[in-house]
Amino acid sequence: MTGYVFLGFAFGLLMKTKGFPTWLPVIMSLVVYSGAMEYAAVPVLAQAFNPVGSFILAIMLSARHLFYGLPMLKKYDGTGAVKPFLIFGLTDETFSLLSASDVPNGLEPKAYYTAVTLLDYFYWCFGSFIGAVFGGMVKFSADGLDFALTALFIVLFVEQLKNKEGKISGSAGLILSVIALAVFGKGNMVIASMALILAALLLLKKVIVNE
Amino acid sequence: MSNMQMFWTIIIIAVAVQTTRWLPFLFFKDSDRLPDAITYLGKVIPAAMMGMLVVYCYKDYDFASISSALPAVIAGLGCACIHLWKRNTILSIAVGTALYMILLRLF
Repeated sequence: MTGYVFLGFAFGLLMKTKGFPTWLPVIMSLVVYSGAMEYAAVPVLAQAFNPVGSFILAIMLSARHLFYGLPMLKKYDGTGAVKPFLIFGLTDETFSLLSASDVPNGLEPKAYYTAVTLLDYFYWCFGSFIGAVFGGMVKFSADGLDFALTALFIVLFVEQLKNKEGKISGSAGLILSVIALAVFGKGNMVIASMALILAALLLLKKVIVNE
Repeated sequence: MSNMQMFWTIIIIAVAVQTTRWLPFLFFKDSDRLPDAITYLGKVIPAAMMGMLVVYCYKDYDFASISSALPAVIAGLGCACIHLWKRNTILSIAVGTALYMILLRLF
């Protein structure tokens, strides 16, 4: 979870070194609250205003969230009043953590899900704020700082490979996404990968379940 | 973009992100009677999605050019190795990013 402080910090710093006002990364983290989307929005905000284009890009890139609800449907049942907040904050990191792990012994599920979601949200927004303030004080070349996002996804990916199901599914995701990128290009790779992954996992169901 | 346009762009993006986060919960309201396939997908899909996100991050590098792709590949492998070794998220991200920033300036 603390990885989000670093990643948020890198985001705030990156925005600041690109010449954006300090409030912008903070508001983005509070309102958009999606690491990959916020990094992807940096070049969008530097171009001319394009509401329709921005919306389509955001839907395409965020389409993966359509799958994130699936393992959480049952887990989030009975969380009552905090459920909207849990759904609001279902980021890659929170999803990866909560979908993979069982609730630690002795903790109430609702309290655990709320604490993880809330802490991730706080870490991310706090990191963005500190990064933006820090970026205003120092002058240095932030080239390559956006690799923090890649590093987070590599960490989350490695964490998913612990069991055999994860190894098969993870390898399939990696390979099929490379194929999707090569065949359908950068702009369509998220949707194309999702379709290929969905088809492959359904076809491999017997193999994976019997393992 | 003016400040007002940046603000509206952020709101539009936020609405799109939230739409994708809410849809599965609105679509499958009765979690006690989920189709078998959905329960199965819920178990196996996280690993595949993280694999996709890694590839997504590498899509903008030019793999025909050593100076573009090699730092990212080395830093990525370094990040994975240190994570397998120490299992410390913030350390893995910090080392991977620092390694990339250094290699970027060397190549």
